[in-house]
Amino acid sequence: MENKKKRTKWATIKRLLGYVFTTYKLQLAIVLISIIISSLVGVAGIEFIKYLIDDFITPLLGSQNPDYTALFNVIMTMALIYLVGVIATYIYNRLMINISQGILNKIRKQLFNHMQKLPIIYFDSRPHGEIMSIYTNDVDSLREMLSQSIPQVFSAIVSMVTILISMFTTNIYLTLVVVAMMIIMIFVSKYLGGNSSRYFVKQQEDLGKMDGYIEEMMEGQKVVKVFNYEEQSKNKFDELNENLCDSNAKANMYANILMPCIMNIGNLGYVLVAVIGGMLSVNGILTIGSIAAFLQFVKAFTNPLGQVSQQMNFIVMALAGAERIFDLIDEEVEIDEGYVTLVNAKMENGKIVESKERTGIWAWKHPHQDGRITYTRLRGQVEFENVQFGYEENKRILHDITLSAKEGQKVSFVGATGAGKTTITNLINRFYDIQEGKIRYDRINIRKIKKDDLRRSLGMVLQDTSLFTGTIKDNIRYGKLDATDEEVYEAAKLSNADKFIKNLPQGYDTMITGNGEGLSQGQRQLLSIARAALNNPPVLILDEATSSIDTRTEKIVQEGMDKLMKGRTVFVIAHRLSTIRNSDLIMVLDHGRIIERGNHNELIAKKGTYYGLYTGAIEID
Amino acid sequence: MIKKLASYVKEYKKQAILTPIFVVLEVIMEVIIPLLMARIIDVGIQNSDIDYILKMGILLIISAIMSLIFGMLSGRFAAIASAGYAKNLRKEMFHKVQDYAFENIDKFSTSSLVTRMTTDVTNVQMAFQMIIRILVRGPIMMIFALLMVLSISGKLSLIFLVAIPFLGVILFLIATKAHPIFEKVFKKYDKLNRVVQENLNAIRVVKAYVREDTEEAKFKEVNDEVYKNFIKAQKIVAFNSPVMQLTIYTCILLISWFGSKLIVGGSMQTGQLSSIITYAWQILSSLMMLSMVFVMIIISQSSAERIMEVIEEEPSLKNPENPVKEVKNGSITFKNVSFCYSDEEDKNKFALKNIDLEIKEGETIGIIGGTGSSKSTLVQLIPRLYDATKGEIQVGGVNVKDYDIHALRDSVAMVLQKNVLFSGTIAENLRWGKKNADLEELENACKLAQADGFIQEFPSKYETVLDQGGTNVSGGQKQRICIARAILKKPKILILDDSTSAVDTKTDSLIRKAFREEIPNTTKIIIAQRVTSIEDADRIIVLNDGEIDGIGTSEELLKTNEIYKEVYESQKKGDDEEDGE
Repeated sequence: MENKKKRTKWATIKRLLGYVFTTYKLQLAIVLISIIISSLVGVAGIEFIKYLIDDFITPLLGSQNPDYTALFNVIMTMALIYLVGVIATYIYNRLMINISQGILNKIRKQLFNHMQKLPIIYFDSRPHGEIMSIYTNDVDSLREMLSQSIPQVFSAIVSMVTILISMFTTNIYLTLVVVAMMIIMIFVSKYLGGNSSRYFVKQQEDLGKMDGYIEEMMEGQKVVKVFNYEEQSKNKFDELNENLCDSNAKANMYANILMPCIMNIGNLGYVLVAVIGGMLSVNGILTIGSIAAFLQFVKAFTNPLGQVSQQMNFIVMALAGAERIFDLIDEEVEIDEGYVTLVNAKMENGKIVESKERTGIWAWKHPHQDGRITYTRLRGQVEFENVQFGYEENKRILHDITLSAKEGQKVSFVGATGAGKTTITNLINRFYDIQEGKIRYDRINIRKIKKDDLRRSLGMVLQDTSLFTGTIKDNIRYGKLDATDEEVYEAAKLSNADKFIKNLPQGYDTMITGNGEGLSQGQRQLLSIARAALNNPPVLILDEATSSIDTRTEKIVQEGMDKLMKGRTVFVIAHRLSTIRNSDLIMVLDHGRIIERGNHNELIAKKGTYYGLYTGAIEID
Repeated sequence: MIKKLASYVKEYKKQAILTPIFVVLEVIMEVIIPLLMARIIDVGIQNSDIDYILKMGILLIISAIMSLIFGMLSGRFAAIASAGYAKNLRKEMFHKVQDYAFENIDKFSTSSLVTRMTTDVTNVQMAFQMIIRILVRGPIMMIFALLMVLSISGKLSLIFLVAIPFLGVILFLIATKAHPIFEKVFKKYDKLNRVVQENLNAIRVVKAYVREDTEEAKFKEVNDEVYKNFIKAQKIVAFNSPVMQLTIYTCILLISWFGSKLIVGGSMQTGQLSSIITYAWQILSSLMMLSMVFVMIIISQSSAERIMEVIEEEPSLKNPENPVKEVKNGSITFKNVSFCYSDEEDKNKFALKNIDLEIKEGETIGIIGGTGSSKSTLVQLIPRLYDATKGEIQVGGVNVKDYDIHALRDSVAMVLQKNVLFSGTIAENLRWGKKNADLEELENACKLAQADGFIQEFPSKYETVLDQGGTNVSGGQKQRICIARAILKKPKILILDDSTSAVDTKTDSLIRKAFREEIPNTTKIIIAQRVTSIEDADRIIVLNDGEIDGIGTSEELLKTNEIYKEVYESQKKGDDEEDGE
């Protein structure tokens, strides 16, 4: 288990590096070289002081007329070296911005574009907040890692290696003391880091619990007021808040004391080296100058080590985020094995011929194995044959559904929540694929139809209207992107939306924000009907499109819908039975089976479930 | 604002004060340690004096241990103080929201309140921790290190007189130049998140209309904007490290040059030269840290403002001075009441206009009307969820404004249109109505609301755990639990705001029958879309556009009221036809 986890972590790192290498090979090389130069210049600074003292200052000591030219020259040389270092620092800082932002831009784009190709089940099976957090938190911590942690750690390692090498060349025994000290530091930072991340996990849990509670209470705040429940709500919150405070304090504490620990272990090492070095120098094994230099190295060595241990936490966090990012990118996309496409067509001598222009007539272009191509006119006829379906393997939702909707017919579904009404409509547009049986559209198995073309031929008005930030016009135009303004107005008139839109301050150019906050449920519903009208599909699916509108408003919406439904095959799921009375076919669903079917009069005469529902004797929900 | 914000440190004042104290002590140790180190080299090693090295070594070890202890303590206190501070801020906000009136709640959206209590608090907490640790550490470190340099060589300290302002000004310029661009980046980020959020919410529409390409183009645009602006901002910040290095390296070279001359001149020792360089690092890096803290403070400023907005929002309803503690009976009087929501732009746009109404104790009142006819608004004035803009509302003969709010709301139970069940068992949810109700009481209330039947059918009965929002029971069941919850309060007035819409008509009528028989003295007000739900009420109020269009029994209204007639007929038509068939 542990092993496997480690390997995936490596895989994540490898993959991240892959992004860098593919696009930014040259830049990366420059960055690496710049970091190395910059760190070497830093280390050279330490050597410089020793060199300066031993070779330039000491000889001058006691001289009456000191000649400073040599000293001046060496300082100027050092100035040049420093200048190179500063430039290198700027170069890598600057280039890292391009690299990290470029990678993030690419990753975000990949995330989003890939997400568009995922099947509906992906979105249905997890909270949207979880997906959002990938775009915000995970991408953010990746940015921190790429632009801050990685350069810092790399630079620190370069410095440490250089210093270690310098140490080795000076004295092996003393270096061993330093290595021992380093091992202690690594242990301490592992211990503290481990504790810190343990409490960090606890903190995230507590935060999640508190977030959930706040959200629930804010959502139900009005109920809290009505029931005078303020005190209890405060008490429960205080408890959760206290827990969070505790884990938060501990996680922070371990992180805070990491640096002082590392630095002071470094100080202890310094003393040790000084004492041992002093003894060695008394015995004449070491020169005084090299001990002094060595002590400088010890001091210079501690700092980068502290930096690395501090960055480790961030890197671990960012890698966990990167894993979630890659999980989304690796998520399997919607499979589309369809090859039948939807094309514009015209009639020539009674035969259907493909046309390049928009003709208003559509046809299914069906290529056969033997190379023949046949055209079937798009009519909007839908058949279900012994359809079985379940969202999970062993949990059937629909059993043996067989039905046929002819061109222009209105077919309605009624039944309790969970009876499978919405599921049926999810199958027609292949949001979900059936396990057994067949669904045919104009006599073509829908599996053979390209998903995009299938969906283009179906219009949908859903219970939850989804509006986008933009003008009213933009939102209607979502149904047909190249629609002229005239067409948009037409569609709005057809669906009875025109009237309320004209009454808005900016009419069709009124901005919609936050999913249409300022609009009533009915108005939003009308907009989504207008959108479908503009799309002008032969088959329409109306899923509880009027459920949350009061009866008087519903009348206006209903009129719009009726106009829209004319001449189309329509599947209706309705809450209010009054809206489906004029259906050609009504299906009563119960636990995924069709238990009654027929038109309104037939079903009423039957005095069965539909009759019960209609008269209000049976609860519908 | 800072003063007000600081006041929430409260019981963590001790830690908040101890942190900087230990930071100062830690800094002192950090300044002493290089001094001791210089001694070891200059005196101990130079003279090969092991005794001296050991003596100084022990001093150094003691200093290191003290520095370690001070560092750990300051880290610990800082963690506790900042975590506690964040806790207090959250608590203050949450408690404040509990005291909000409906009008205040309407001002903030749920998601914005959640963000304010989480993300914004975290931002402020980070700034707070930085202030008590680094904002103290920076200047102190600078002062002590400068003092050390001064004690070694007054002449060399002059270098810093130039270096510190130079670096300070440049860091300041970088921060001020980058900040507005970062603000822009955050705005673009919001936009990017919005595009993703909308896409997630509308994924069915996107797929149904095959608009994946449109969405991708939309995302690409904002993604590229984020990219461009981020680079623009970071380009400026990228100067930070090189400028810092440039300054420190220049200082080192100047110190080396002038220092060498001083050494040769005999007024300084070689060991002191490296000490001064160490101090140069300390001085300039503390300046660097300070600039980071300032950036952090600037970033957290808007978070702090958002937090203060919640805390400083004044609850628009307050208890009167000498409140009436008891509601005598369930009679209700509206005297020329008009109401407008305060957030309406047009102050003359009244949601309710000149309502005069007299409701007797025990009466059953039905209210009907289209969306926007202010049915909910009308009843929400009774338990004083909002205050009337004009006119007066009396309950039990007393102005609602004279009651103790809790006492009033205990007597007026209301089932809201958007009713909410909370995660927890059914029993826990019901006990919102009466804290210590025993099972029998719960069952009685549920029987009345026709909820006992289906609850008994659940395997765990009253201990059945509901998900957040009660999503695991059906809409009709949810409504009946909510009604039972209200009944448990044994109210004098019971208001149902469209609370039986998902309940079947038969059960609906059973509920009303139980109301009549079991709680005859309770005044009942029922808002409904369905005519059958209010048909048998003592009186029906027809609301239209915030005005009373008609009052009377169903029969009377059928004769006199057009709106009622229209609604009645549109809903009853189906039934009549059946009778004919």
